Amino acid sequence: MAAPDLPVISASALDLTFQTGDGPVHALKDVALDIHKGDFVSFIGPSGCGKTTFLRCIAGLEQPTGGTLSVNNMTPDEARRARAYGYVFQAAGLYPWRTIARNISLPLEIMGYAKSDQAARVERVLELVELTGFGGKYPWQLSGGMQQRASIARALAFDADILLMDEPFGALDEIVRDHLNEQLLALWARTQKTICFVTHSIPEAVYLSTKIVVMSPRPGRISDVIESTLPKERPLDIRDSPEFIEIAHRVRDGLRAGHADDA
Amino acid sequence: MRSLGPILMVIAALIALWYAAVPIMNIKETVTQLERGGAQVVPASAQERRDAGHVGLVAQNSFAIPATFAQERPRLPAPHQVGAELWDGVVGKKITSKRSLVYHGWITLSATLLGFAIGAGLGILLAIGIVHSRVMDKSVMPWAIVSQTIPIIALAPMIVVVLYSAGLQGLFPKAVISAYLSFFPVVVGMVKGLRSPDAAQLDLLKTYNASTSQGFWKLRLPASMPYLFASLKIAIAAAMVGAIVGELPVQGGGLGNRMLTGSYYGQTIQIWSALFAAAILAASLVALISLIQRGTLRRMGLV
Repeated sequence: MAAPDLPVISASALDLTFQTGDGPVHALKDVALDIHKGDFVSFIGPSGCGKTTFLRCIAGLEQPTGGTLSVNNMTPDEARRARAYGYVFQAAGLYPWRTIARNISLPLEIMGYAKSDQAARVERVLELVELTGFGGKYPWQLSGGMQQRASIARALAFDADILLMDEPFGALDEIVRDHLNEQLLALWARTQKTICFVTHSIPEAVYLSTKIVVMSPRPGRISDVIESTLPKERPLDIRDSPEFIEIAHRVRDGLRAGHADDA
Repeated sequence: MRSLGPILMVIAALIALWYAAVPIMNIKETVTQLERGGAQVVPASAQERRDAGHVGLVAQNSFAIPATFAQERPRLPAPHQVGAELWDGVVGKKITSKRSLVYHGWITLSATLLGFAIGAGLGILLAIGIVHSRVMDKSVMPWAIVSQTIPIIALAPMIVVVLYSAGLQGLFPKAVISAYLSFFPVVVGMVKGLRSPDAAQLDLLKTYNASTSQGFWKLRLPASMPYLFASLKIAIAAAMVGAIVGELPVQGGGLGNRMLTGSYYGQTIQIWSALFAAAILAASLVALISLIQRGTLRRMGLV
């Protein structure tokens, strides 16, 4: 395991260029970032700024074309093979032919956990996402928010230290989203995981994160990294505090600056 | 069973149309027959009758209409004649009799089922290969499409002859023709079904570092089930057509053979009853697959 001062995820001079029919697209340019154990890092920026691409690079789903990136002191691909992270997609992507419990045990089956262990783990993560008792239901019997919680449970089931979340609440309405944000913070406090969270929403990013990474497009790059000064304990009404508003301001300025060099 | 009303309505309309067509189709032969029996018909000369229109003849000889429904070798048999022959062929004859529709039906059914099993199995295997191998995707699919552009009626005798010279006859050549027609819908449907999981679902498996075979058994195969059943329904009907076509050039019995001998001897009622026997058999097979489909998808929680 990494020494406490070593970052869990470390990127330097990271480049990724997609070759398309219209010529090369710089999805990521010169990205440098360290993420430490237990951080909650949000990536925010307009479409095309490379936030999802960066997350996919960490997951080993995209190959960077330059620079270095390490996850748990391994290459992203080795980390993927070592099942170092759980990934939550924007769509819950539950299998309609499996019950919620069997959806959550899907990664456990693939990774070869014993049957009895599987059942215990499913129960535990169902409790973590407050879905106890819903294991026997099929996905279509659950609301969108519950489905997304089930998909988070699925990512938690195999005890990876890192949780990568790609706009997991992007398709949900404001009220459900607030509730899930609160739950996610509680879950993060309980599990001590390192979370990378991609979002479009400034309040969501500020409310959740210990570190906010503001990105801007063409080429995709980091325009600001903001360390949050908010306390770890965050009730929803912290969003009306001057501190919160100040951080949100800085994020907004960062986003605007990104657009300014674009013009 | 709310759909039963409309179905019965359509059937009633078709039967009514059929009955209406019978006198028009059969009037010439009926009138000639009645004239030979001494009846007064209009017009009296055979020459004039030959040039007369069918509808006109019916109108002028309305007394002959009942007889058009009871011809021994009508151009168009009446529904009740076909029904009676069908009933007689199914329950009125010993099932070992060469005139029993059960006897012929079984010959066709066994070739259909064997051909369907070969065709569906081959189709599924080809689809798995096509989805997992780029080379197979590029090489097999065009040939599968070309194979279906050749009229089966031209190909069937060649298959029979070639297999006969290899010492194979009877059930097997017919099953091969059945398989030839039934593998294609299965390949097309199954390729579509195995490819139905979207990119995010495949990425999810990648984040678990799942193997290709785990991806197949846990994601691709279950996702393809609705597509598979849709294809199997088309395939089993095609397999039946193949078996019947395969029976035309050989003397081994079967519904296709029954239709062909019926046409040799002008036994239209026999042709029609064999035709209906084949249609009923095919419909039953499709219904059976629907039943299996409903059971399977329900157990998977998909319906």
